[in-house]
Amino acid sequence: MSKLRVLIVDDSSVMRKIVERSLRQAGLDIGEVLEASNGAEALAEVGKGKFDLILSDINMPAMDGLEFLRGLAGVESAKGVPVVMITTEGSEARVVEALSVGAKGYIRKPFTPEQVKERVAPLLGGGQ
Amino acid sequence: MSSTLGHPTQIPAKLDPHWKSILECAAIEVFGMMANAELTPLAEPPDQPQGEQTAMVGLAGALCGMITIRCKKDVAVKLATAMLGEDAKFNPSMVGDALGELCNMVAGNFKSKITSLADHCMLSVPTVIWGEDYVMQMVQPNSGFQFALVCENLPIWFSLMIHE
Repeated sequence: MSKLRVLIVDDSSVMRKIVERSLRQAGLDIGEVLEASNGAEALAEVGKGKFDLILSDINMPAMDGLEFLRGLAGVESAKGVPVVMITTEGSEARVVEALSVGAKGYIRKPFTPEQVKERVAPLLGGGQ
Repeated sequence: MSSTLGHPTQIPAKLDPHWKSILECAAIEVFGMMANAELTPLAEPPDQPQGEQTAMVGLAGALCGMITIRCKKDVAVKLATAMLGEDAKFNPSMVGDALGELCNMVAGNFKSKITSLADHCMLSVPTVIWGEDYVMQMVQPNSGFQFALVCENLPIWFSLMIHE
């Protein structure tokens, strides 16, 4: 099976790096990782090619994670791609809203690589 | 990074004596999980916070104020390296960004542990100060607390200042 192509969406470059490191430390078979700093950039990346997994922050400038999720609904290449939200949100309502508009799961900061794997692996095919 | 304000007319919260232990707990969790750093209480902290690097995150809404983290540069470099890899040792910008992100997560974790704040308090983007020769002053009336936790024998200072 080919390595996973992943898109990480967060306005913090540090957090994007931490998420990528966590995915790799978790032992997931990660290949190419692309980054976007908001939902609009992420939609542009999704329009260019297929991903196996998308991890996205909820609160971002320009286009937040919830708008991004709504935008993904109309993108053919995003169909069936699991999206996991990563958030510091104390608000359950925002997380519930994300799940209702297409997110397959969420990870709350702070997190460990093991917790990332626990949330992400069941969403991936191929026995990850 | 921040959350929406559910009730914009809510009266800002007053300082609660339990918040110190909640902030301690939030910091220990974040540093342990994100930087693999075990923080323990410092038995006899110095009188004043010390360190060349300070990160701060503003709070608005049900709680108006600021959470800060201050430490020596060496500590900040160790934390950044644990979070981002060896590249951070040679990149001061990565070190600052990492401490800022830790501060953001500590603030987020703190407010998520307090039901009355979770949905009603927004966080600013983090700001980082390099240098030791500064004084932080908040508009009166204000209150707050500070404490130090130790990481590998070096103190890390945390503070919460609020505008009441």
